[in-house]
Amino acid sequence: MTTQSETGYRSEAAALPIGTPRHHMVIFAVLFGLLLVAPSVLYPVFLMKVLCFALFASALNLLLGFGGLLSFGHAAFFGSSSYVAAYAAKAWGFNPEFAILLGVLAAAVLGLGIGALAIRRQGIYFAMVTLAFAQMVFFFALQAPFTGGEDGIQAVPRGRLFGLIDLSSDLTLYFVVLAIVFGALLLIYRIIHSPFGQVLKAIRDNEPRSVSLGYKVNRYKLAVFVMSAALAGLAGATKAIVFQLASLTDVYWTMSGEVVLMTLLGGMGTVFGPLIGAAVIVTMQNYFAGFGAWVTVLQGAIFVVSVLLFREGIVGVLAKWLKKPL
Amino acid sequence: MSAAMTQQNAPKADVILSARGLTKRFAGFVAVNDVDLDVQRGSIHALIGPNGAGKTTCFNLLTKFLQPSAGTITLNGRDITRMPSADIARLGLVRSFQISAVFPKLSVLENVRIALQRRRGDSFDFWRSQKVLHELYAEAMERVDEVGLSSFTHETAGELSYGRKRALEIATTLALEPEMLLLDEPMAGMAQEDVARISALIRKIAANRTILMVEHNLSVVADLSDRITVLARGQVLAEGPYEAVSKDPRVIDAYIGAGHE
Ligand SMILES: Nc1ncnc2c1ncn2[C@@H]1O[C@H](COP(=O)(O)OP(=O)(O)O)[C@@H](O)[C@H]1O
Ligand SMILES: [Mg+2]
Repeated sequence: MTTQSETGYRSEAAALPIGTPRHHMVIFAVLFGLLLVAPSVLYPVFLMKVLCFALFASALNLLLGFGGLLSFGHAAFFGSSSYVAAYAAKAWGFNPEFAILLGVLAAAVLGLGIGALAIRRQGIYFAMVTLAFAQMVFFFALQAPFTGGEDGIQAVPRGRLFGLIDLSSDLTLYFVVLAIVFGALLLIYRIIHSPFGQVLKAIRDNEPRSVSLGYKVNRYKLAVFVMSAALAGLAGATKAIVFQLASLTDVYWTMSGEVVLMTLLGGMGTVFGPLIGAAVIVTMQNYFAGFGAWVTVLQGAIFVVSVLLFREGIVGVLAKWLKKPL
Repeated sequence: MSAAMTQQNAPKADVILSARGLTKRFAGFVAVNDVDLDVQRGSIHALIGPNGAGKTTCFNLLTKFLQPSAGTITLNGRDITRMPSADIARLGLVRSFQISAVFPKLSVLENVRIALQRRRGDSFDFWRSQKVLHELYAEAMERVDEVGLSSFTHETAGELSYGRKRALEIATTLALEPEMLLLDEPMAGMAQEDVARISALIRKIAANRTILMVEHNLSVVADLSDRITVLARGQVLAEGPYEAVSKDPRVIDAYIGAGHE
């Protein structure tokens, strides 16, 4: 009996390192604090771009880093949601919150359709199926009568949040975007630390074994695919409101590649990696914009170097040094 | 064949898992050929045979990781021939894998807990904190203890030695408390003292369970199993208790013919 209670005691202690690590919440809090004061140093529009891509990369990371599914077509969700939100805000005069919500809904439905077909394939074939569908979405955006073709949908009104708060000021909008993105990041954090997230990680680690334990893996894969698509959609719709623009760039395959790059550079399967990856890439694009096509070359070089030097990405390497999950 | 006859005459109620005419063809090659198999409830049944005989393929068919080309499978009298793998696991027939199957990035404790988590049914609750899983810790610890891994509880499973991975795999399988286990070479690559521990564990869990296992260590097979089926080139060569089977000249031939002892 003494051994029994001893076991019980030890398992209580054992519970600690596996629960959500406390330092994650500290990092989130510090990050939030920094972002609150950041507009006094950096341009709000630049910060909003970083935030939108941080969310986009985190959405992809949910699928790739925790579901083990590499999508090469996430621009489809980012872009279609951005078009839907832009259209709803401009043509139908939707309030920004409803325009964004509609975009997210569209991305989720699209995710359900593409996901249902893609999850039947494994590995590189999965990636190819997602890429193929994303290309179809791209051609649709190019050809459809209401997407504005090469011009996209321009001069999207930012409108009034809840019909009350005027978002035409960059600073006001910044705090709204900060709230949206942070809320979404915390949701993603919760998903990966939920009972669902545990199963997801098990499937990522060893799919046949998960099946042999009685898990219906395809349902979990589809669920996470739809979540990831919806969150990518949230990023795209928010970006459309911020830049008052939905364009072909948002649905183009290079956008899918860029978000994969951000995730890998920051560290896939880490909590904070995609944020860092997005910040690095967006900063580069902004400050080296004058170099034109060279930005792409530079991005390629960074990618090669990061793959060669630190496979686990910036945050992944940092986590190894600190011996703490980040 | 006489062994198979007695099997068929045995009262049906005692058979937990049964296969009839089980066949698997891969492009122009028959890996499992017309296999009849009856596993008695509560027994330890060994499936042996030279490499490439079709043992793992049999396991894959029985648990539906592969679709049989022909034949039927029944579990507790219920036809499971067309049932998906996950459903078969839910009916209490759980397999392990020949190539060690742990969740490499999860800790030892999390590996076992993911099996215990099955009791909640499906875990689609993405909005809930995993703290709700804490109630499973005490039991997960016991399972980890049982296979001698308690000092590795928080080690990442992928970093364990081969033998320890196998032990963890068994602990994970046991955590489901399955009615029947299929163990594919559970002791391959284990150190001698681990073999003894896992043998004892298998004997212990067999007290109220049925086990079908593939094992190359013949002294383990002799020691543990109530009944043995010998497979060679996809076909049943012999079946019976160890003493009878091990003296069967066809069995001896098959083993020597395949370069084994
Ligand atoms: N998926 C597959 N496709 C083609 N041949 C296979 C496949 N799986 C197994 N085999 C072949 O079937 C035969 C039996 O393999 P297996 O069941 O693994 O044997 P055992 O477990 O008895 O060593 C081998 O010749 C193997 O090469
Ligand atoms: Mg085998």
